[in-house]
Amino acid sequence: MESSSAEVILEPRPPKLEVAEQLRRLEEASVEAFDAHLRRAGLPALRAEPTTVFQINVGKLCNQTCHHCHVDAGPLKTDENMDWPTFQACLSVIAELKPRTVDITGGAPELNPHFRRFVDEVRRLGVPEVIDRCNLSVLLLDSQRGLAEFLAERRVHIVASLPAVNAAQTDAQRGGGVFDKSLTALKRLNALGYGRPDTGLELTLMSNPSGAFLPPPQSSAEARFRALLRRHHGIEFTRLIELANMPINRFLEYLLASGNHAAYMERLSAAFNPAAVQGLMCRNTLSVGWDGRLYDCDFNQMLELEVAPAESRTIFDYRRELMDGRPVRIANHCLGCTAGQGSSCGGATA
Amino acid sequence: MSHYEAGDLAKFPGIAKDAPELAKAFFDYYGKVFEEGALTAREKALIALAVAHAVQCPYCIEAYAATTLEQGCSKAEQMEAVHVACAIRGGATLVHGVQMQRHADKLSM
Repeated sequence: MESSSAEVILEPRPPKLEVAEQLRRLEEASVEAFDAHLRRAGLPALRAEPTTVFQINVGKLCNQTCHHCHVDAGPLKTDENMDWPTFQACLSVIAELKPRTVDITGGAPELNPHFRRFVDEVRRLGVPEVIDRCNLSVLLLDSQRGLAEFLAERRVHIVASLPAVNAAQTDAQRGGGVFDKSLTALKRLNALGYGRPDTGLELTLMSNPSGAFLPPPQSSAEARFRALLRRHHGIEFTRLIELANMPINRFLEYLLASGNHAAYMERLSAAFNPAAVQGLMCRNTLSVGWDGRLYDCDFNQMLELEVAPAESRTIFDYRRELMDGRPVRIANHCLGCTAGQGSSCGGATA
Repeated sequence: MSHYEAGDLAKFPGIAKDAPELAKAFFDYYGKVFEEGALTAREKALIALAVAHAVQCPYCIEAYAATTLEQGCSKAEQMEAVHVACAIRGGATLVHGVQMQRHADKLSM
């Protein structure tokens, strides 16, 4: 897990906005509350269905410090990372739940020292799909030699962040030099078969807007990414997903500092799409924090909005009978998932 | 004081108050124009951005700066669109030089 200072992209950060302050900003935004949007559309309150996606945020350690990061991850976050007993508790629940997907995120999840052992254990349980949410540049770290080959051998589905097919927008969001590193990493993955037809090695690109605006239509963006990456860089990928930026943590700080907060919240509210609600990820996802606490999604995790059932709030005392059908915790950040084509960890929902 | 106020764009539908049928016809037409057609919504947004500069409408410039970003355009693409508007405006000015020359020649010995 060692990484030299030359390997990481460390940019100066202001002090983190406290969670209570973030929730206050969300509540005070001059837009109708999220639950009122649902009621106006004639939709019932959100409830969780049986979990099919078991998402684990293994920690906040990352070799990048992206300006939009909802996790507030970075190279200095060495404490908030999942330990092996918590991974073991996750494995027990995965064995019970038999989810379709185990979705591993961070931070850069690969930097957790137990990452590879955990992937092997999940594979032994026969989970059909294992996802690694990868920032791409981590694959180039000296400390991570063999990582790409490891992922390919375990047939891990890689969901890789790439906001744009140009250096200006990519580096503005993710740090100087990240676009070039991302291309290098994508070429390495292609060489292993990722993103190539008939290999079964899925390489999904994930794009977030590099500013206070909504993402483009996913299908047309995918066609443009494919044409440009193929023509200019010889890079192939399986699919592109578009995600909206959530008005929390660093992106909220950016919105406030740039004077875009009110207009962005109004944009999300105006773009509320009832058709995007059915596919919301909170309906089928269980999100586990680095310390084992349970949430309805990764964004709620960052806002410390724990799942509703008080007797099942950690992976150590998980009780399935209390979790299926539980009411989903909501706040105004949820407007980010219902705007326009909708947004989830799997991309557009409408 | 500026004659343009940013909040006025949101009041645009209010023009219907004094001529509702014409407003409805315009907004229906406007909506149709920007749907996907032979041109993509992205291409239409870039055209709109260029025209917004040519007609120097601050409301349209801000609206289509945002729309083109939401259509996945880069800042380089946005600026190239503005240059297209500039080139056509500049060219349109210069080409009138031919008319000027013709008339000046007629008047001159």
